[in-house]
Amino acid sequence: MSKSIDQVFLNAKQWLLSWLAGLPTWMVQMVSSLINIFTLLAVFLTLFALMSVLERKILGRMQNRYGPNRVGPFGLFQPIADGIKMLVKEDIVPARADKIVHFLAPVLIAAVAILTLGVIPYGRNMTPFTIDGGILFFFAVGSATELAVFMAGWGSNNKFSMLGAMRAIAQMISYELPLIISVLPVVMVVGSLTPDRIVAAQAEYTFGVVPRWFVFTPWGAAAFILFFVSGLVESNRTPFDVPEGESEIVAGHMTEYSGFKYATFFMAEYIGMFAISGLGITLFLGGWHAPVRALEFVPSYAWFFAKLSVLLFVYIWIRGTLPRMRIDQIMNFAWKFMLPMAFTCIIAAAAWHYCGRGARGWLWSFLVIAIVYTALSMLLDTKRKFAPRVYRFAE
Amino acid sequence: MNSAAFIVTAIFTVAAALAAATLRKLMHAALSFAVALVGVAALFFLLGAEFVGLALVFIYIGAVAVLIVFTILLTRRDVGRNRGFNWGGAIVAVAVFGSLTWSILKTQSLAIIAPHMPALTVKQIGAALMTTYVWPLQCVGLLLTAALIGALILVMEEKR
Repeated sequence: MSKSIDQVFLNAKQWLLSWLAGLPTWMVQMVSSLINIFTLLAVFLTLFALMSVLERKILGRMQNRYGPNRVGPFGLFQPIADGIKMLVKEDIVPARADKIVHFLAPVLIAAVAILTLGVIPYGRNMTPFTIDGGILFFFAVGSATELAVFMAGWGSNNKFSMLGAMRAIAQMISYELPLIISVLPVVMVVGSLTPDRIVAAQAEYTFGVVPRWFVFTPWGAAAFILFFVSGLVESNRTPFDVPEGESEIVAGHMTEYSGFKYATFFMAEYIGMFAISGLGITLFLGGWHAPVRALEFVPSYAWFFAKLSVLLFVYIWIRGTLPRMRIDQIMNFAWKFMLPMAFTCIIAAAAWHYCGRGARGWLWSFLVIAIVYTALSMLLDTKRKFAPRVYRFAE
Repeated sequence: MNSAAFIVTAIFTVAAALAAATLRKLMHAALSFAVALVGVAALFFLLGAEFVGLALVFIYIGAVAVLIVFTILLTRRDVGRNRGFNWGGAIVAVAVFGSLTWSILKTQSLAIIAPHMPALTVKQIGAALMTTYVWPLQCVGLLLTAALIGALILVMEEKR
């Protein structure tokens, strides 16, 4: 029974495809891909709508106010109202803007965000796009985001847009390094770049209780924290949202966008957030596996989306808690702390592997991380506690 | 190889490359160059070389294209200005194309039919890099580290 519920979507797809039995193979393949794409879009656009209202509700709760509560029960129909508003808004293109580039930037950024969703395993046998180097695909396609942001900033022909794009690209390139290097230990330990294999490697339970997720090893925990922080930067979320710091540069690369193009940027940001959280779940949090063996009867995709909800709640929580960082602090943090720690994770994972992946390996890898962490924090502590700020370009 | 897919990809790539060579605005040309690289990556995918295709997208779209647009942005004051037709460049391009075509047609290897090879996995590439080609890999790593340190020294804040 639980088996058939687990595979219900796959069976539904097989049933749909069985209608096309007489058609040539390439047509069936194309329809199969289209079903995958439509399902993916339907699920994640719904999740985007839900997330946009829940984020405002939760932020409202954290800041001791109501949040949206006018449209529908508990304000749940707010995204529909927002969508209609965005669709009927006037779409303004500046007279001096580069029309083509200005138009293509939101298209490219949304396409890239949706493409990265394709390689994540959402449940048992539920990877929309199976590819040998799935993890590499994720980052390769994701790296085109920088070009899209540049196109938005340059195409608008506006100094705020350009400055915002510069900031966004600078921090995205800087944090791409710790992001990718913190993924490497998992790839090394599993010996595969395929997301399905990485999930399968985390299937067992130690003593039948503790799941063998990589986040429960010292190197995995450290790498997961680095990955999560880099993911925050990559999706331009608070406290790293300087590219759109509204008190300084209006809205960064989105300054000259209005109406549905602005909504597309907003959607791409959220979908990028879902994708990076999904990858984090796949790499460190056991993918679609249940946390306890007794709960394995619950369908795999339910576990995936439960974990995704928890991570998304943490995103909102951080946004409600932390103030915005300064751009030079963000860059210093990336190059002086995140990058050395990410390299340390690789060494710690190697120590864990060569000490037999047991208690001894656990201890050694913990030791490596603890030593480097203490050394780094002592080295980076400049002892200048409350010195007056020195301005280089302003007096 | 699926010939219909190949023809579509080839037309796409050549069109983007032509646009990169002929478009009036320099920034448009740089962006079309990135599109042409996507086409080349798609060709590698069609050939079954997933890793090479992905590495191409990763390095050329994610890094080199961004580097090119930034270089244009930071060095030219007349980014938006139209440029004239560059005859010298055209002659060099035609000469390179001609000599390449001539040398390809002259070789005997076109007549040899390649044996059917199993698809190369990422793991095999990694093993080859870490055993047979470990010295070249280390040399490239050293060169890149030196370049990184050099760039850092160039932009380092001057002590006053």
